[in-house]
Formats: sequence, C-alpha cells, structure tokens
Amino acid sequence: MVALEKPRSAGLALHIEGLSHAFDIEGTPLPVLENISLNVAPGEFVALLGPSGCGKSTLLRLVAGLEPADQGTLQGDGQPIIGPDPSRVVVFQDPTLYPWRRVWDNVALGLQAQGVLKGQRQRVDAALAKVHLGDFARAWPRQLSGGMAQRVALARALVNEPRLLILDEPLGKLDSLTRIAMQKELIDLWQRQGYTALMVTHDVEEALLMANRIIVFSDRPARVKSQILVERGYPRRRDDPYLVELRTSILQSLGLG
Amino acid sequence: MSSVKWAHSAAAARPRLAAVGWRPALAVLAWLGAALLTRFYPDATRHWPWTVGLANIELGMALAIGVLAVLAPRSVRVAKGLRHLAAWLIVLALLLAAWELLTAKLGRLPMPFFAPPQALIAVYFNDWARLLDSLWHSALLLGSGVLLGAVCGFIAGVSIGWSSAIGYWLHPVLRILGPVPSTALLPLCFFLFPSSWSASVFLIALATWFPVTVLSWSGVASVDKAYYDVARTLGAKPGFLIFRVAIPAAMPHVFVGLFMGLGASFSTLVVAEMMGVKAGIGWYLQWAQGWAAYANMYAALLLMALACSGLISALFKVRDRLLAWQKGAVKW
Repeated sequence: MVALEKPRSAGLALHIEGLSHAFDIEGTPLPVLENISLNVAPGEFVALLGPSGCGKSTLLRLVAGLEPADQGTLQGDGQPIIGPDPSRVVVFQDPTLYPWRRVWDNVALGLQAQGVLKGQRQRVDAALAKVHLGDFARAWPRQLSGGMAQRVALARALVNEPRLLILDEPLGKLDSLTRIAMQKELIDLWQRQGYTALMVTHDVEEALLMANRIIVFSDRPARVKSQILVERGYPRRRDDPYLVELRTSILQSLGLG
Repeated sequence: MSSVKWAHSAAAARPRLAAVGWRPALAVLAWLGAALLTRFYPDATRHWPWTVGLANIELGMALAIGVLAVLAPRSVRVAKGLRHLAAWLIVLALLLAAWELLTAKLGRLPMPFFAPPQALIAVYFNDWARLLDSLWHSALLLGSGVLLGAVCGFIAGVSIGWSSAIGYWLHPVLRILGPVPSTALLPLCFFLFPSSWSASVFLIALATWFPVTVLSWSGVASVDKAYYDVARTLGAKPGFLIFRVAIPAAMPHVFVGLFMGLGASFSTLVVAEMMGVKAGIGWYLQWAQGWAAYANMYAALLLMALACSGLISALFKVRDRLLAWQKGAVKW
C-alpha cells in the first residue's frame, strides 16, 4: 500500500477561496483582506504586487499558518492550513537571524526544531553551499553584510526542503546591485528545487523578472485587482520590450501610469 | 614610497628599550624610593614590626618591574601589559609611600584609627588562619544565597515573561516583596528561621532574586516577536521556543540582573554577618572594630574588596564566554 502512494511533487498546490481577514485595532475591526480567491499551481512562481500596507504580508502570514484566517478557505494540496508547517517556510524582509547562533546553527534551526538534525548535518552544509556561504559557517550574524544575512535566511528556509517558499519582500532592504544578484539566485534555486513560490514585492520590475504570474492587489482592504501572466522563459532581460510593455500596463492598473 | 620604507626600517631598528617607554624605569625608581623611605626613615611614635618586611616587599616590586622591563622586548604581551600598567605602578608606589609617611614615619594621622601599611602585613601574617576561615564562611554563605536567589529569580522571571497565568500570581509578590531592602527583613528573619545562617541565606537569596527576576522577565518580554515566527514556521514546539529562542535572546538582560543581584548580595551578606552570623568577613570587621584592632579591620576590608572584585570579574568572564556573539559589551 505504501508502494501505491503517489510520489510527492516538489511544489505545493495552493488553493485560496473567499478569504477575508480583519485586524482588531482597540476594539474596532480593520478589514485588511476582502474575499480573496487564488489558485497557485505546484511549482508556480507568483508575485503579489500592491500598494504599501494593503495587506499582502497578512495574506502571507495566513498562508504560512502563523495566524488563523477570519473567513474563507485556505488549503495546501487539498488539506486545510491550520498552523505553521516546515513544508511552508517564510523568508521575511529582515533576515531575523538569531544573533546568538553562528551562521551554521542558524541554518540548522529548522532541522533542530523538528528533532532531525542528528544524522542530517550534511543537509545544513549543502544548504549553505547552495547560497555560496560555505566559508561563513562559523561566522556570527553580526559579521555579515545585509545580502549575506538574507542569503543565510534563504539557506535556513531551503534546508527544510519546503514545498512552498513564502517570500515577504525578501530583497526589500538590499542595495540595488545585491538585489539584482539575488534575483538571479532566487530564480536559479526555484528552477532547481521546483518548489512553489509566493512572493510579496513592491517592485514591479522585480515581479516581472521573476514571476510566472503577477497578482495586483487594490488598496486596503486588499482585493485581487488583476492578474498578469508573464509568458517568458528565464533568464529574462530588463529591457525586453514585452516586459517593458507589461510594466507600463501594471503601473497604469496601480494608478501610477 | 622609498621614504616610507626607510621610516619603517628605522622604526624597527630603533633601540628596543623604547618599546615600553620610560615609565617602567620611573616605576622602579618610585618603588625603590618607597623601600628606602620605609627602611631608613625613623618611625615617629613607636617601632612597628614588619617595617623591614614592608621595605623588602617594596624592593621586590622594584626588582620585579625592572626584570619585566628587561624582558619586555622579548615578549609583546609583557611589553603591552607593562606599558599599560606603568602609570598605575608609579602612582601606587607614591600612594604607599605617602601612607607610610603620614602614619608610621611622621605620625600625622591619629594613631589607633589609621594603621600604617606594615601593620596590615602583620595582620596577614599573624591572623591569616582566622581571616581565611572568615573568608571561607562568607563564601559559603554568599554562594548558597546567590545560587538560590539567581536560580529562583531566573525561573521566576522567565515564567512571568512567558506565561500570563504565572505572571498573575508572581507579579504582585514581586512588586511588594522585591523593592524592600532585604536587610530590613533581617530582624524578622532571625526569629522566623531556625538559625541565623538559614535566615541569612534566605535574605541574600532575596536580595539577588529581585533584580534577576525583573531583568529575566524584561529580557523574555522584549524578545523580537519575529524570532518566534521564524521558529514556528520551521516547525518549533513551545519547548523549543522557550529554551532555544526566549532564553538565549534574554541572556544579556539576565546578566545585567545577575550583576545587580551580586552587588546587592554583598551588602546583605556583610550586614547579616555583623548582626547575627558568628562567622565571616562581616563578623570579623565587627569583631576587629570592637577590640579597636583597626589594622585588622583594614586588612579584612582590603581582603573583602579583592574578593568582591574577583567575583564580579569572574561573572564578567562567564558572561563574555556565554555572550561572545554580542558586540561592544562593557569590558570589566
């Protein structure tokens, strides 16, 4: 019977339907998400784009299972999402490395928390190698630059072999050169590992360079305003006329055209 | 370019004596002067035993500094240490000489109250057994109390910070009992407890407990919530969140609490020993004062200062080891 089990695909299928959520600000509810429906196919890279503070990050927290949703359906591979799970890992805007752990031990965090670190230490080394930081295993987080710290945070996520990688503006605080390098790196890793990726970003160009599909959100409370398929292979070029045209139309739909 | 090279080689070729500067030489002279003063200047009111002993110790200092200065060019560590300490070594010799002059040699300071340095040496030689015994008893009492207080305080602080149910019961106790100076409870505790020793352990523990609790609590309460989010998405259970996230993140605060607690414990210890416990450095101080043995009192005070400072230094060492990840922490 075990033999009949379907092989687990690398990516998670995400199904969101009629999702609404509100914050409680001193007794008065403040709606942040309104009736959001969204399906993400296994292995798809979806970018969420929208005005600052519109509730995109809240959506990610709900998908990660860090908070229960007020209303609506939220499923991963048909199973309701009721709590956090190492198959759905978040990379936050800040690297949030633990300053009291060396780089290696930060990356080992997930395996240690799940109680499987013993015997799987090579997975930590492999994850560090993936982000080209093998030489920094013994460094303290305070000794790293912003881009390096964010790559360690990425390794800390990837070591768990997530089926859904949730990226909350992961490159938001990096300088533009590091940003370009890391966009390439993220695409490489996504193509090699085959996980589903859900990324919040403020940067239209970044979304166009990285995502298969871009979801544009309205102002708070966030609703899905439009969806754009980016039908281009990788690597993409910033000056690709097709992308430039899409960029203009997205900016227009955001009211910035 | 060539001039830079030339300057560099010139610096290397400069006489090695310059490596430690002229201060060590001055220090040698100062200690030699102190030794000569002690040895040959006549005592004013009475003859003090151990005058020659003191002179020999001062001579020994002069010799030791001299030898180190000669060795300095061979070892960077010695040279660095000597350069750093030299100014203090000079001042110490001058202060010791001034002390000797004002007490034994000129008799300017009223006598039984101000003992000359050689009287302290005499105390250390004649009464070392009792001093050592007192130190041991103090250490035992302090160790028991501080350990008890620190462990209880840490557990209480982390619990309050973590669980609001525990906080509900512990917080009022902390607010009422914590700020009371534990020495104020001394008379009460001496009749509530079976022995003055156990009463003192309790009070020292209480003095340590309060700051450790408050700072462990604030440490746990101020942990960045994002740290918990990260751990939770990676599959962490509550035990992991407490022991691997909250507690390590709170450790810098906990150590501030430990330093404050240790400081508070010293004063409680001494008062407890003066009031009821029949052993220890505090008791020795009281006893010496009762017999007008002021030299003994100074000797005990000096010993106590060194012991307390040693304990604080030891705690700093432990902290530096455990919190090596911190940057720019205060160096002791």
